[in-house]
Amino acid sequence: MPGLGTSFGRGGATTAQQDLSNADAILIMGSSMAENHPVGFQWVMEAREKGAKVIHVDPRYTRTSAMADIWLPLRAGTDILFLGALVNYVLENNREFREYVVHYTNASAILREDFRDTEDLDGLFSGWDAQKNKYSPESWLYQGAPSKETGGEKAGHSDVGGGHGKDRGGEAQDAGQFESDPTLEHPRCVFQVLKRHFSRYTPEMVERYCGVPEDVFLKAADAFSSASGPERTAAICYAVGWTQHSKGVQIIRTASILQLLLGNIGRPGGGILALRGHASIQGSTDIPTLYDILPGYLPMPLFESDSHQLEDYIKKHSTRTGLWSKFDHYFVSLMKAYYGDGAAKDNDWGFHWLPRITGDHSHFGYWLDMADGKLEGLFVMGQNPAVGASNGRLERKALAKLKWLVVRDMVETETASFWYASPEVERGELSPETIGTEVFLFPAAGTAEKAGTFTNTQRLLQHREKAVDPPGDARGEAWFMYHLGRRIKEKAKNDARSRNDGLRALTWNYSVEGLHTEPKVDEILEEINGYTLPGRVQLTKIKELRNDGSTACGAWIYCGVFPEPGHNRANERNPRDLLGHGWGFSWPNDCRIIYNRASARPDGQPWSERKKLVWWDEEKKEWTGLDNPDYEKNVAPDEPANIHSGTGIKALGGAKPFILHPDGVGWIYVPSGLKDGPLPAHYEPLESLFHNPLYRQQTNPGAQKKERPDNPYAESPGDPRFPYVLTTYRLTEHHTAGGMTRTLSHLAELQPELFTEISPELAAELGLTHGDWATITTPRGLVEARVMVTPRMRPVRIDGRVLHQVGLPYHWGYRGQVTGDIVNDLLAISEEPNVRIMETKALVCNLVPGRRARGSAARQQLDAQLGRTA
Amino acid sequence: MSVTAFLTDSTLCIGCKACEVACKEWNGIEGDGLDWSGFSYDNTGAVGASTWRHVKFVERAPVPGLGGNAGEQASWTFSSDVCKHCEQAGCLEACPTGSIVRTEFGGVFIQPDVCNGCGYCVTACPFGVVARNEQDGRAFKCTFCYDRQKVGLRPACAKACPTESIQFGEIDELREKARLRLEELHRRGMDDAAFYDPTHTSVRGTHAMFIIRGDPRTYNLPPSPQVPTIYLKKGWRSSALAAGLLLGGTLLALLTDGRSGR
Repeated sequence: MPGLGTSFGRGGATTAQQDLSNADAILIMGSSMAENHPVGFQWVMEAREKGAKVIHVDPRYTRTSAMADIWLPLRAGTDILFLGALVNYVLENNREFREYVVHYTNASAILREDFRDTEDLDGLFSGWDAQKNKYSPESWLYQGAPSKETGGEKAGHSDVGGGHGKDRGGEAQDAGQFESDPTLEHPRCVFQVLKRHFSRYTPEMVERYCGVPEDVFLKAADAFSSASGPERTAAICYAVGWTQHSKGVQIIRTASILQLLLGNIGRPGGGILALRGHASIQGSTDIPTLYDILPGYLPMPLFESDSHQLEDYIKKHSTRTGLWSKFDHYFVSLMKAYYGDGAAKDNDWGFHWLPRITGDHSHFGYWLDMADGKLEGLFVMGQNPAVGASNGRLERKALAKLKWLVVRDMVETETASFWYASPEVERGELSPETIGTEVFLFPAAGTAEKAGTFTNTQRLLQHREKAVDPPGDARGEAWFMYHLGRRIKEKAKNDARSRNDGLRALTWNYSVEGLHTEPKVDEILEEINGYTLPGRVQLTKIKELRNDGSTACGAWIYCGVFPEPGHNRANERNPRDLLGHGWGFSWPNDCRIIYNRASARPDGQPWSERKKLVWWDEEKKEWTGLDNPDYEKNVAPDEPANIHSGTGIKALGGAKPFILHPDGVGWIYVPSGLKDGPLPAHYEPLESLFHNPLYRQQTNPGAQKKERPDNPYAESPGDPRFPYVLTTYRLTEHHTAGGMTRTLSHLAELQPELFTEISPELAAELGLTHGDWATITTPRGLVEARVMVTPRMRPVRIDGRVLHQVGLPYHWGYRGQVTGDIVNDLLAISEEPNVRIMETKALVCNLVPGRRARGSAARQQLDAQLGRTA
Repeated sequence: MSVTAFLTDSTLCIGCKACEVACKEWNGIEGDGLDWSGFSYDNTGAVGASTWRHVKFVERAPVPGLGGNAGEQASWTFSSDVCKHCEQAGCLEACPTGSIVRTEFGGVFIQPDVCNGCGYCVTACPFGVVARNEQDGRAFKCTFCYDRQKVGLRPACAKACPTESIQFGEIDELREKARLRLEELHRRGMDDAAFYDPTHTSVRGTHAMFIIRGDPRTYNLPPSPQVPTIYLKKGWRSSALAAGLLLGGTLLALLTDGRSGR
């Protein structure tokens, strides 16, 4: 989550869902929280009942809009224009929380003379290399900050690799030494640059290009920005409605800028809540299932010169000041957890055994490789890409190029049955007789059939017990991975090739229990928490980690979750207060609201009695309050900062709340680490009906379309074949690709059929009535759906013309009790530059009355639709 | 043993259907069929033999003038319906087998092992709640989670509700809560907010009360529900009158028989 990571330091929600009840205003955008996070939504309801203004921005009027005070219908894909106008509104009307901005953000930093903004270069920042199709961040750095030379690409700006590893950003410079102007008047200081940058993001532009009436925008802007200052706070909630865009990271960045200006980070009732897509998605970036990071957001080394030697790697990713100055402590401890005695100083702690990133190995990267026959085998666990992934036709056909496919799931999903039940088989594009893929379906245990820990949306680790044994051969993930690893290690033992050295050194000595020889999950969590070596005393806090091999720690950010044997804090179940202390463990250090030093003034006292959270206790000489301080406990507020020449966390002094950043402040402007610019700018979706109203640069310059014959795009802007805007989404009643809900009658019956939501106006235009069938097409595919005509969908007026938006939930597939066409077949594979996510929330489509063709005729219809010659 | 009730506040309902599913899971009720209804997001229709909690989705004309603008753009309200557990219950009175009983919690409970499937209760319910299972003919409806209440647990629906739209508790306390809530809603400008607890009719109040907005019929709630037995007196009176008239007529005919005067 580099959007939050580069702005604040950590790629996680800054607050807890319970804390929303403290907010005076809540902006929900890029999320239908009432539908997809109904349990957490109780705190929004509570805030509303206490008088908070709830604002929902969404192309559709959803169950969330129905609960909101203000609903703003937005043209899908114009989020940055809308949010940028909010930023501009705050600046124009002097609504910013000046004292917070001056002390706790980088608004005062002065930029280099050679920096050029998108205003100067018509949609590009300085440093764009049209040949290489990428930015060099050199000119983005602060005035006076020495550029860090490591021999390779700047951290976060390599061609290969994603963006998760540089969640914090800014490593391209020594950010301690730079020029600044606390009056915020210098024409090149971040504050003034920001003012100019967003000056054309006006309410008129919002009305004209987002489709939100000016008066409603102003009402919302006033409601949100007036919940700011010492006495008031406002929160923002978002979900994949922001991330799944060709500029998703920058949408989140715009929200971060807004919250920093309003002084809403680290304070009760404030913050940005990243609502994660499903259970333990936060956990799967903390202890990643991603290819570009190691646990705790340590970057995976690249196959580049500055990753060849451990020294260079550590230099590249460390900072002189702040928490990342201890990068080597976190890294060496991780290596000790991986390799135990095998990791020693003289072999660089096993650094050379780690794989190197050689290219784009994200989901789409390897899937396209698979489609091109470059991949032999694949494990699919906790995922159903035949339904859930973009361009399903390409994804399923790629599976047929594998030699083997392992699917672990509770049911035979579409992915496991693609070889005989997919639409490609029906259309005659694939046939079981000619598919060489050997498919292994392993039955998986359900949530109640295995013990372990979730990390939810608010960084909260919660342990769950096993209620019953799984039936038959079904097993949990821990069992599968443990025994798979054990068997591979056994094979490696008899294979002396040096490529297996790491495998042989890997510690894999968890004890097992029960009939099924399951690994003890507590032991795994103990290792993640970390312990001393060789004594194996559990660590209690991050500060205890060492870089000399005397500690092992599986994920430094989780340190403290298992402080002593038998004491699993993720399993605590006695909440003492609203924020839930005593229930589970929230990383880091059980802080429920992070950066909470910002809840106090620079002098250490709360901004106000109403909004107090953490403050300095002069008598005890420590930080105290309603949450665990996300700060050095005994560093007094008047301790001076010495970021110019000091080292470590101490150099930040007593009044710099964003302790992961080398300068200790929140970043309105990100001097390096984001591949698409230091500030957000509005770009049109990759497929759009409109020209970019602000710049000549139409789309995010760093986004990759991965365009190829099996991943075609509509012409943009304004392909006459696809006159409507399409947006996809989820319903409360189903879970993602449906494998766990379409198979259960009690859930399947609640939403048994794929439908498309359209406005009465569009229905009338096309002669459709409620309940009819319609076929929705894009260059990639076609699906049929029942038509739901509802005034909750409404046309928006964009640049003088009426625009219709079409809504499609995506849960259906060809297996289960209820079936339906796969909506993700309509989407293109594309990659946002930082995290390589696809654009699902804004694209173009056509919609025609009637059902689609069947069998081979469907293939002809599809090909005709693509405008291809057969 | 305290007398309990539900208070379902539709102004807090987000339409998540957790109550509906929790009810089915706890009580092991069969599915409702897998047909798409097209009635907004509601595909289970109404409370019946296989749906004991049901969330209604009401899409209607905007409700202007409440501040903000969301209400002026569209109106989508949700409300979770359930057996009302009437103070004077038509089903209970109509049941000839004694299958339907009143529990110590004030709820109305059908004993499935006693029910003979006669269906009298179905027509006797003023709310259209009770329905027969098509397979075996027996009548089913919400049990007020008698089994859970017995061991001190909240009913499954109330437990699952994330927003406290479904509240469960002692009936008098809930009535007081409802009064305060209504005052609050009126103060906030929701002039059409109303408390539904038909104490003024022959059902004499219910153990499932509602806070709704506008016409109760929008939520499948009759404005003036009556227990069918109140018509008994009238029925008997008419019968008696008819019998009297018949008898009188017969006597008259006998007495005025022309032959007697001969």
